[in-house]
Amino acid sequence: MSDKKTYVDRRLPTGDSLLKQLWQDPLGRAGFLGILFILLLALFAPIIARYDVAQINSKARLAAPSGTYWFGTDNFGRDIFSRIVYGAQVSLLVGVVSVSIAAGIGYLFGLAAGFFEGKVESTIMMLMDIIFAFPSILLALLIVAVLGTSIVNTMIAIGIVNIPVFARTVRASVKAVKGTDYIANARSVGLKNSVILFRHITPNSLAPFTVQATLALSSAILTEATMSFLGLGIQPPNPSWGSMLSEARTYMEMAPWMVVFPALFIIFTILSFNILGDALRDALDPKLKL
Amino acid sequence: MLIPILLGISIAIFLIMQLIPGDVVSGILGIEETPELRAMWEKKLGIDKPLVTQYFNWISGVVRGDFGESFRTGAKVFPEILWRFSISAELAILACIVAWIIAFPLGILSALKRNSFIDRIVRVAALLGVSVPGFAFATLLILFLALVFGYYPPIKYVSLMQNPLKNLEIMILPAIVLGSSMAGSVMRMTRSSMLEVLRQDFIKAVRAKGAPERITIMRHAFRNASIPIVTLVGMQIGILMGGTVVIEQIFSIPGLGQYLLTGIFQRDFPIVQGTVLFMATIYVIINLLVDILYTYIDPRITYS
Amino acid sequence: MGHLLEISNLKISTPRGKNLVPLLDKVSLNVPKGQCLGIVGESGCGKSITATSLLQQLPYPLRVTEGTTAFDSFQHGKVDLLTLPSKKMRNIRGREIAMIFQEPMTSLDPIFTIQQQMFEALQFHFPRMSHKEMLDKCLSMLVKVNIPRPEQTLSSYPHQLSGGQLQRIMIAIALMNDPRLLIADEPTTALDVTIQMQILDLMNELKESNDAAVLMITHDLGVIAETSQHVAVFYAGHIVEEAPVMELFHHPQHPYTKGLLKSISSLSGDSNLLYAIPGIVPPGGSWDAHCRFAARCEYASEKCLKDVPALTEVASGHLCRCFLHRQEVEA
Repeated sequence: MSDKKTYVDRRLPTGDSLLKQLWQDPLGRAGFLGILFILLLALFAPIIARYDVAQINSKARLAAPSGTYWFGTDNFGRDIFSRIVYGAQVSLLVGVVSVSIAAGIGYLFGLAAGFFEGKVESTIMMLMDIIFAFPSILLALLIVAVLGTSIVNTMIAIGIVNIPVFARTVRASVKAVKGTDYIANARSVGLKNSVILFRHITPNSLAPFTVQATLALSSAILTEATMSFLGLGIQPPNPSWGSMLSEARTYMEMAPWMVVFPALFIIFTILSFNILGDALRDALDPKLKL
Repeated sequence: MLIPILLGISIAIFLIMQLIPGDVVSGILGIEETPELRAMWEKKLGIDKPLVTQYFNWISGVVRGDFGESFRTGAKVFPEILWRFSISAELAILACIVAWIIAFPLGILSALKRNSFIDRIVRVAALLGVSVPGFAFATLLILFLALVFGYYPPIKYVSLMQNPLKNLEIMILPAIVLGSSMAGSVMRMTRSSMLEVLRQDFIKAVRAKGAPERITIMRHAFRNASIPIVTLVGMQIGILMGGTVVIEQIFSIPGLGQYLLTGIFQRDFPIVQGTVLFMATIYVIINLLVDILYTYIDPRITYS
Repeated sequence: MGHLLEISNLKISTPRGKNLVPLLDKVSLNVPKGQCLGIVGESGCGKSITATSLLQQLPYPLRVTEGTTAFDSFQHGKVDLLTLPSKKMRNIRGREIAMIFQEPMTSLDPIFTIQQQMFEALQFHFPRMSHKEMLDKCLSMLVKVNIPRPEQTLSSYPHQLSGGQLQRIMIAIALMNDPRLLIADEPTTALDVTIQMQILDLMNELKESNDAAVLMITHDLGVIAETSQHVAVFYAGHIVEEAPVMELFHHPQHPYTKGLLKSISSLSGDSNLLYAIPGIVPPGGSWDAHCRFAARCEYASEKCLKDVPALTEVASGHLCRCFLHRQEVEA
């Protein structure tokens, strides 16, 4: 088939046109706005939050949502709205840092595997397969069990779990671009490996990489929430939507708002990232669109 | 080929366990610890010997079916694993049934009627299935049932043998929760795989032979489409295993996942080692079965 | 003179945005009994969808927007294939009208054996046939299409056989129920040159022995020369020339046909340059209200850019869609 050999410029559409394309797709727009909303909540948390997240107020325990406490209070009398808003910070922070770790390391692995091939490739890919074969929650839990529970260790655990996805994506892109006639020409003209690598292969690998990054973010946030829910992620009294949900279970009937708000925000955030990831995938490679 | 993998996994698990900070002995003795008591406990638990010896002791026990005893309770680990595995397996099977009953018909229908109402519903449902975490769904579901129907899922576990109906009542909610998260991705995969197959030439050729549509879809399209779906299901076993950890915790089901969690919290090495090794083995076996299933479905693939 | 199949004013369109874009524009054709009608044209000219529309197998979202057909069916009498209810259509597909496709390697289901797939073709139409009867029929068909080891072939899977063998099997399946019309969509394009001749010879033989009519769709004039008695040349969604085969080759009237013939003869000819008609086929949706070939035509005149020429008879049985012939002096 001819399109295997033809050089297809897969560079990301410039920021301008990409945003425009995403905007026109109603789903892309929705995902983008959703994430923007959560991002703003997180960024402006100190301003928006009305109470201190750890402030215990035994007189106002389990209060229903009202003008004073927008989302009600929990069993310690803490304002749920403020905790939700700071929880957004936590979720996004953990998500971004862990995905950055995964993406960075995964990128290097994938690049090395795809470019050098041979033994380098098989060793790296075997390592990736081992990590990938583990159910992500289990692996993250094990890592945290070893390293101890802290926000940094949570980020490391989730980061490690997500490395293989990036390594695989990058390696596939590198190999695809390597095989084109364009690169063969560049080589025959005498361009050095490193030049080829950075000037041609890297930009062309960026498209699928971005899609994976978005989806990895949604997965990372989900994993963090699950870990916190189980008590092995962000430790109380630091607010995390997952641990808030777990604490809420005992008081479910008396204070359903304790359950509803964290659950809603978790779902909303993950959904937004997934929708955006899908829209990005459609925008950057329409062939995959179904 | 299997053995080296499993051996490798066992070594990895063992080593990881050694890295865990915190000390079982101090956990057991607490403030009553004295050097003599410590030495006694260490000897009793076998952790005074060098690592390599510990590993060999463990592994040689494993192949004989002896996974050691819990540091906490002294109870033998392996029988506990087996019993709990049967419970988790029941949950997993029920979850798969739930997932497939939802996912296959809807996935096929949505591929046949593109851009119709059903197609849209399916795409939304699939997206939700992937985006709503199991614990969130479970908690919301329990809340909903409690507030609207005053229904609470039973806490005490009853086995299938004792009372099938009660057992089903206990298992049905967690199965629905687990199943729906799986259904999302299976639905998506079914849809895309069907669309891919329906574009193929041989589908045109079968219709040109005068085939009734039902046969074209079920006998030809779906069977070909099932090949990548089988891959997905194999991968989902892994996700299932992860899911059971959380779900069993929420619904108080004494399964393997809950056992593992307890082991991690209590720093009970034999439990964690044994459970992870067991889960890894099951995973490897199932993937092997999936590979064999492939050769059965697709004659182009030969077992090597 | 009853034709086996008559197509009148067939128009096929596809939605693009809010509009309906025509892909095939008011095509009329007749397929006489027991003869081979060739349809020749480049890709995108509408020849394939003409065939698939006859079996109500147009891929979504294409659809027939105008036109009728008349097919002489022995099961249902004279019917319009385009509007036939699906049950009757299924009776006709694979029994009275059979079709073979371009890619033999992918025309058979990879997960079933040849025997299973050949039996299927019989079971759809003769559900009461016994296993032995079906087996005998399949074996004799495989022998007819010159498959060397029929029993072995029956128990094989498609991926174990070559393209040539697979295409023969497709022909065997197609002819197994004695259809009156065989539609062949680029049957030899995906095959090696050496195999192509064998397949075409086979098709000619079987056409004779089965007294079947053939609709031969191809972009290759050589295939037309080997198989067809009549030929219709398609360009940009309509017929630009139609004639008995010898007549077309010896006295082509339409500039496009002339161009096609010229590019073939330049392959074997003495000139150093390979002749190609300059320009490209205008895609559906961009057709203006004038001759669609005008932009590439070396004889184009002003009139050609103003009106669409109609299909007119320039000699007995010879139709041409061009303003030129009115001014033509040579025979």
